[in-house]
Amino acid sequence: MTTAQRNDSDPTELIRQKALWMRRTALKMVYKKNLGHIGGDFSATDVLSTLYFGVLNYDPDRPEWDARDRFVMSKGHATGVLYSALCAAGYFPQDWLETYMGPRSMLNGHPNRNYLPGVETNTGPLGHGFPVALGIAIAGQITGASYRTYVLTGDGEQQEGSNWEAAMVAGNRKLANLTLIVDRNRLQQGAGTEETNGLDPLDDKYRAFGWEVVEVDGHDHAALLDVLGAPVGARDKPLCVIANTVKGKGVSFMEGLAKWHHGVPNAEEYEQAMKELV
Amino acid sequence: MAEAVLQARETFDCRKAWAATLEDLAAADTRIVAVVNDSVGSSNLGGFRDKFPDRLVNVGIAEQNMVGVGAGLANGGRIPFVSAAACFLTGRALEQIKADVAYAGFNVKLVGQSPGIAYGELGATHHSIEDYAWLRALGPITIVAPSDAWETAEAVKWAAAHDGPVYLRISRMKVPTLEIENRVFTPGKAERVRDGSDVTIIANGTTVHLADNAAADLARAGISARVLNMHTIAPLDEAAVARAAEETGAIVTVEEALVRGGLGGAVAEFTSATRPVPVERVGFPGFMPTGSVDYLFGEFGLSEAGIAEAARRALNRKPG
Repeated sequence: MTTAQRNDSDPTELIRQKALWMRRTALKMVYKKNLGHIGGDFSATDVLSTLYFGVLNYDPDRPEWDARDRFVMSKGHATGVLYSALCAAGYFPQDWLETYMGPRSMLNGHPNRNYLPGVETNTGPLGHGFPVALGIAIAGQITGASYRTYVLTGDGEQQEGSNWEAAMVAGNRKLANLTLIVDRNRLQQGAGTEETNGLDPLDDKYRAFGWEVVEVDGHDHAALLDVLGAPVGARDKPLCVIANTVKGKGVSFMEGLAKWHHGVPNAEEYEQAMKELV
Repeated sequence: MAEAVLQARETFDCRKAWAATLEDLAAADTRIVAVVNDSVGSSNLGGFRDKFPDRLVNVGIAEQNMVGVGAGLANGGRIPFVSAAACFLTGRALEQIKADVAYAGFNVKLVGQSPGIAYGELGATHHSIEDYAWLRALGPITIVAPSDAWETAEAVKWAAAHDGPVYLRISRMKVPTLEIENRVFTPGKAERVRDGSDVTIIANGTTVHLADNAAADLARAGISARVLNMHTIAPLDEAAVARAAEETGAIVTVEEALVRGGLGGAVAEFTSATRPVPVERVGFPGFMPTGSVDYLFGEFGLSEAGIAEAARRALNRKPG
């Protein structure tokens, strides 16, 4: 992002404004299309807003810029939040959002890097983004590049074994330029993560794999900015940020309910939700 | 007589050509990296590791991660050669190859080592005869199966220079170098090994020299067989297949792979839709029983006699 966008007196104000816009935009997209994953969009919104409007170094006019920080959206189904973030960041005009999941839209139900600038890799099947982010971070390690790589996975997604293959390598290679953020909303498609195939203690698991682990309120912009925006400094391990979040965050009747994984609001619910998102 | 000549010809391990070429390329281009799944030895990459230790990424025994890392390295501007036993590379990591390499379109070179039935007695888990069918379904990937050490080196050089996903199938079975003058490796273009007018034998990889020997035997029996080296099976050289159908009227395909979905499948799909001619497919019908490479090649017709017999079957099916 350009430094001009930042409000240095209160850097979280921009993040808050963008997060609100992203939630309203994602809700509109999902409601209009009658398709999407609004619960997971909302749980990840504050993380993405913090990254795109407080942390990442990028230039939307040069999406292939070698030195850009990379953000990989491993939970690729959450396109409502990803596309609204990329649009807010200036990668494409707002009217593209109107085409969400329409015929031959660049805004597919899962992100495609060949369709949209700013998408680092194609995701959708779970457990793919983390290994790709690992490869990006290794490229930086090999070349001595200064960019950083951030990857966001769902928490249910952590059940995919490929994540642990990647976690092991990142720990062994001491990839301090790599940050994993787990959207820990404790719900997967049909039920809670712990009643499905429990992840706890997730922090200890990552520590055992050679990571530094930080838990943070995934809706607290100041706390997220502190953790995600901190320089690598003396840290010689990859960083795992467990972002404790609420699925459907921001809309009272959606919060904490698995049915909003891919539920779509009716007209009345939509109006109600929009009234709350102010 | 032909057997004696064959035995006298020197044979080469294509893996050595692959490794030596990659080392030369890496010396000239720092973007080239190798990614392996504990497969330094089986990929013949010990020399690469010694010369370029920072550019050898060993993720351990973890193929899904290996392919994902390859895509990420490409995102980071590297040219990754992801090299592992073909059976595990293509089978275990098929979804990563689909989503992270083919669909995402990253510049990743997938290198399947010891493909086909190279692992012989180790059985169907270790054979890679399904790889053509699986990867041929993933459009953007160019699939190349070199026929000898020279072509292996050329294919590796081409893959490094080509911007796009590639699957190279590197055999460890020793094969003779094809005796063709003024050879030029052109991806996507079949190489004419021998001209002929009665039937065309289309082969690739380890079977091209067998097809050529079979054609020599057929010639002694008065049958004129054309031999094409279809080193690139995706995209298929449809023009060469069309000429074969039109000019010789019968086709035999030969591959160290499943007879469904690979070279034979590709040729049959094309000819049946455009120029129907008899097509006989030589290859493996399914999971192989226990046996050595030599045993399985002989038993399933990947031999001079077996190929010649298939050519006669194709000729007998010609109309009129």
